[in-house]
Amino acid sequence: MHGPVATTKGEAIARAEEAAERADALRQRADWLTHAILILGVALFALPIWIVLMGSTHDVATISRGEVPLLPGPYAIENYVAAWTEGSARTTRVPVSAMMLNSFVMAILIAVGKIAISILSAYAVVFFSFPGRMLAFWAIFITLMLPVEVRIFPTFKVVSDLGMINTYAGLIVPLIASATATLLFRQFFLTIPDELVEAAKIDGAGPMRFFQDVVVPLSVTNMAALFVILFVYGWNQYLWPLLITTTGDVETIVIGIVRMIGSEADTDWHLVMATTVLALLPPVAVVILMQRWFVKGLVETEK
Amino acid sequence: MRKKVIFPQIGLPYLLLLPQLAITSVFFFLPAGQAIWFSFLRQDAFGIRTEFVGFENFVELVQDPLYLESLWITLVFSFWVTALAMSVALGLAVLADRHIRGATAYKTLLIWPYAIAPAVAAVLWIFIFHPQVGLLGRFLNGIGVAWDYKLNGTQALITVVVASAWKQVSYNFLFFLAGLQSIPRSVLEAAAIDGASPARRFWTVVFPLLSPTTFFLLVINLTYAFFDTFGVIDALTKGGPAKATTTLIYRAYIDGRVNLDLGSSSAQSVVLMLAVIALTAVQFRFIERKVHY
Repeated sequence: MHGPVATTKGEAIARAEEAAERADALRQRADWLTHAILILGVALFALPIWIVLMGSTHDVATISRGEVPLLPGPYAIENYVAAWTEGSARTTRVPVSAMMLNSFVMAILIAVGKIAISILSAYAVVFFSFPGRMLAFWAIFITLMLPVEVRIFPTFKVVSDLGMINTYAGLIVPLIASATATLLFRQFFLTIPDELVEAAKIDGAGPMRFFQDVVVPLSVTNMAALFVILFVYGWNQYLWPLLITTTGDVETIVIGIVRMIGSEADTDWHLVMATTVLALLPPVAVVILMQRWFVKGLVETEK
Repeated sequence: MRKKVIFPQIGLPYLLLLPQLAITSVFFFLPAGQAIWFSFLRQDAFGIRTEFVGFENFVELVQDPLYLESLWITLVFSFWVTALAMSVALGLAVLADRHIRGATAYKTLLIWPYAIAPAVAAVLWIFIFHPQVGLLGRFLNGIGVAWDYKLNGTQALITVVVASAWKQVSYNFLFFLAGLQSIPRSVLEAAAIDGASPARRFWTVVFPLLSPTTFFLLVINLTYAFFDTFGVIDALTKGGPAKATTTLIYRAYIDGRVNLDLGSSSAQSVVLMLAVIALTAVQFRFIERKVHY
């Protein structure tokens, strides 16, 4: 009597195991496929960068012939030195080192400036009560709706009336008012417990003391996240620098590359490629090195 | 929106607000106001006399077939950039969300294009699409397809769409991945136990739960395609050939900076402002539950 039951049980277990094995195999195959597609995706993503990276180590003749090398060539050092010290001799003649410096100054001052003025105004709006508080908040908020792209001509006119064409100030100041950063700080300040403010007041700390000793240290993570986003924003500006730089003195690298291409027959393609690599290194490095803060900050600022 | 415990000072908050409000007034409100004012004016050819013309600049815009054409181009361009960037990103995010080894590595490998400027992305794609020095462009010409985005309008549009979408995929990927990871595993397991196939689970459970993210990204991508792709177009096609890639922004730039047509450029700015306000309003209406004024 026991025999058949045991067999059935055994069979059942065997069947279950078999099914589990089949599921495992299926799963493994699916995982394998997932990896394959993801690797293909990553490769497709990286292809344009790979081509430029490899191309930047060849001479101009190879690239102009259209050979599109996919492996490194022997001219890496020459090309990068030439781009760094002289730039494209046949078109712009502005050395890449100068353009990089301009981009660095612009990106860092925009990021720091935006963070500084935003944290101050968010502090005022959250921790004080004064006539016109809501008006001030809305005035800042509404700038979200006025990106530079829609104010091209009139903003250019204001900056030129102020004599700020071709200056760092003209490049930077009009871009450092930021509704997004103010909103982020405001959101964060609202989570600071009232007890903390109360304790500070009882201890006799004034508002600036509280700001310096409590608010700023608590905001460090938010500042780091914003710094990544705003550095990339500043470095990547195109339309604004294009409008207000007419000489090489304050030209940024993003503008510089496009000007290097010029009329195509004369283009030093190998130097354009080397410059492109140099132009994308700093913002990519900032994003990858500060990935943790960046992802957090990005998802939070856009909320 | 204010704390219960506040500081009593009255003068200090104005001082704290001063830098931001000063910059905002001079570089945002003044130019925006001027754009609105100038859009009702017309200058003669020598820039000497200016007269008030009411809505004439707007009427002229609406009647200008070239303006309507650039509006159409903007819509087609934005549609394809958004569709391409979002669908590729969603596909990759769904794959990366599967619990496989190396998911973090894929994330790192996919997010860096976020950091690349639109204009630099365009330069990268020159070496793919250019008929002489580009990998694909040269290949196509080699097999007998006449490919030159500097001559053919459709090919120019394809080129700027691909370069613009490529840059935006990583941004969408981050948000889709965050959205997917916030879906409770128990919901998916319940569906799996009920015998729903992976495809069915995706369309009936995951996709609806992702809809807030999808909608948010839709607005962001449209805004990106409208405004931030200026650099891509300027670097690749300069709006050509024969205005085939002249979007509204590109045209406002040409009329304002190059043709110095004050009235028309201002009217175009006003139209663009209305577009941004509409997009922002839609976005906030949708996510107002998350924003506390």
